[in-house]
Amino acid sequence: MAAVSELLRIATAGSVDDGKSTLIGRLLHDTKSILEDQLEHVAQTSERRGDGYLNLALLTDGLRAEREQGITIDVAYRYFQTGAAAGAGAAATNGGTAATVAAPEQPGFRGGRKFIIADTPGHEQYTRNMVTGASTADLSIVLIDARHGVSEQTRRHAFIASLLRIPHLVVAINKMDLVDYSQEIFDAIVADFTDWATRLQLSDVVFIPISALKGDNVVERMDNMPWYQGPSLLYHLEHVVIATDRDMNDVRFPVQWVIRPMRDEHHDYRGYAGQMAAGVIRPGSEVVVLPSGRKTKIMAIDSYEGELDVAFPTMSVTLRLEDDIDISRGDMIVDAEEAPTVAREFEAMVCWMSEQPMRPGGRYVIHHTTRSAKAIIDRLEYRVDVNSLERDGEAGELGLNEIGRVRLRTSTPLVVDPYSRNRTTGSFILIDESTNDTVGAGMIRSGR
Amino acid sequence: MRPLKPLRSTTLSIPKATLSPEAETEVTTRAKYELSHLQTLEAESIYIMREVAAQFERPVLLFSGGKDSIVLMRLAQKAFRPGRFPFPVMHVDTGHNFPEVIEFRDRLVEQLDERLIVASVQESIDNGRVREETGPRASRNRLQTVTLLDAIAEHGFDAAFGGARRDEERARAKERVFSFRDDFGQWDPKNQRPELWSLYNGRIRKGEHVRVFPISNWTEMDVWQYIAQEQLEVPSIYYAHSRQVFERDNMLYALNEHVELMDGEVPFEASVRYRTVGDMTCTGAVRSSALTLAEVVAEIAATRITERGETRADDRVTEAAMEDRKREGYF
Repeated sequence: MAAVSELLRIATAGSVDDGKSTLIGRLLHDTKSILEDQLEHVAQTSERRGDGYLNLALLTDGLRAEREQGITIDVAYRYFQTGAAAGAGAAATNGGTAATVAAPEQPGFRGGRKFIIADTPGHEQYTRNMVTGASTADLSIVLIDARHGVSEQTRRHAFIASLLRIPHLVVAINKMDLVDYSQEIFDAIVADFTDWATRLQLSDVVFIPISALKGDNVVERMDNMPWYQGPSLLYHLEHVVIATDRDMNDVRFPVQWVIRPMRDEHHDYRGYAGQMAAGVIRPGSEVVVLPSGRKTKIMAIDSYEGELDVAFPTMSVTLRLEDDIDISRGDMIVDAEEAPTVAREFEAMVCWMSEQPMRPGGRYVIHHTTRSAKAIIDRLEYRVDVNSLERDGEAGELGLNEIGRVRLRTSTPLVVDPYSRNRTTGSFILIDESTNDTVGAGMIRSGR
Repeated sequence: MRPLKPLRSTTLSIPKATLSPEAETEVTTRAKYELSHLQTLEAESIYIMREVAAQFERPVLLFSGGKDSIVLMRLAQKAFRPGRFPFPVMHVDTGHNFPEVIEFRDRLVEQLDERLIVASVQESIDNGRVREETGPRASRNRLQTVTLLDAIAEHGFDAAFGGARRDEERARAKERVFSFRDDFGQWDPKNQRPELWSLYNGRIRKGEHVRVFPISNWTEMDVWQYIAQEQLEVPSIYYAHSRQVFERDNMLYALNEHVELMDGEVPFEASVRYRTVGDMTCTGAVRSSALTLAEVVAEIAATRITERGETRADDRVTEAAMEDRKREGYF
């Protein structure tokens, strides 16, 4: 019953006319993830609004204001699954997909996946929402309209995917049906994107020519583009290897909560609960507790089911240690050999999310892993133009939806890695103390 | 991080069938450190529950006796055992609940040796805080909000766990995991805090509170698969049973003391089960012969209608029924 299948988190972004809604609608529809009452609702609402077509955007636009104004306010999450992950009866209703896209006889196939799509709108709040959706994504889909080629929005999207270190990028070149399924046009767009993207840090980029409207290469490959030998989009989503995206070498375990039952039968029990951020630990592993620097060994890895032989990302477990050390929330249990940096001064890329701009001298609360502290912005090194990637060293502030390189200091030391190495121990948020709002998202470059 | 390699469409994604024997071994080694989707979701939910325990002073777990809150109870065990839950469990009892669910609630809480608070809608009516609706379509669904907010204020709760999922309903698809409520208990969908990575901002002022949804990213199927995997007991009404029902608005309702029949409504006996657990007055049953968990999962996998669409009258009032109730402080 417990289907062995992975979870893939996808970020998409884009405006109304690049076909994003049609693409998501098709993925949901062709994997049988839209149910009849939802479709009927979309049909009725499309009719009443006079859309003249089945407006699949209405599936994701859930709030009254969105439906009234025809806009998308915020990040919407959609879910679909394929293969065994879709459940016992899915084989019957999902036969076409399972048979053609993920043939079970292929080695490596482990019964489908579950997908979470963080779908973000393309209008003015783009950067803030896109960064939010991208922060947890394993893979990002960038849509390009084949008729128009690489656009400003394509570049922004790819830049954010690179900045947020989304491990996998799919460039879906859409509306191929409107350019006669031309290989020349596809090749030119691939070359154009590749030429520009060499300035970014993208590790895995795949180009797929599709027609979201007609269905070419979305779920199944069709005959309209015999020159294309690659997989369909869904096949790629089901098979892209994500298990190795996490750092399995250097142990990082931010302590979230200390379990001390104080009951008779567990009188001396003291367990450190948290979620594995990196590395593999076993009973007997040598570790260091930061910031104190005390060395010890793992005595046991506890779970509700009993003691475990091993823990790795992203398991939530409880650790017991051989030595009685004073440890509390915010401390980090780490690799004895490869320790992270304990620092109070940081260089970071910050995306600003508040209408109140960030200025040097500004004071905030910083949340980093399970620790919070006060932070002061010392300097804005430069602001990045997300379209041209040009740096403005004269900028005096970061406004809403702007991104810049910042120097900051904290009231207590933080245990950090560069974001490029670990997205959990390298990220932070800034909170405005007067409103309690989350106003900034930060990615650490270095600390000292 | 490697620099971008310009990949051509013809060179990407080697089909698995052509992997060399060495690469195959690598795939097997990797699989050792892989989690199933349910394990990944479970780990995320446990993390969220521990964050709440750490960031708030007086959390509470809202328990309805339904399948989603049963999953929350198991997740809380996984997050905090061998300790006790660092919060009580609260049920908002409308007085119109299925007796099977109340019986189950009391038994589960006792089994787990946790603290139960019951907030009663009947008391809110008796105290004049709310007025009972009348007529054949009367429901206490909406009245619950007042009872819930009063109980949150009375006990000084600053965080309340709920079992809502984003796949359930359109408005919920847009809601944060930490969903901020002002001092009137209201949700403002246009003014939500951005939620990045796994960094949850639980800072609030006195009088405000946060609703926390640890299983936001689970689907109905995930919940049932998890119940099967963990062999969790659920109230008997989730399985097919014989019941006196009547048909209204294309849904089957249980014949019960809290509902008046309208002209032309004739009760009859049918084999049904429930897909959701709410009040007897507004929760519909589906025809079913599923007697085991495996049969329930198979039925759900084959169904073509969403759970709320099929069985909840409370969402059918207007197009934005859920959003409107959420704004007022509903679950």
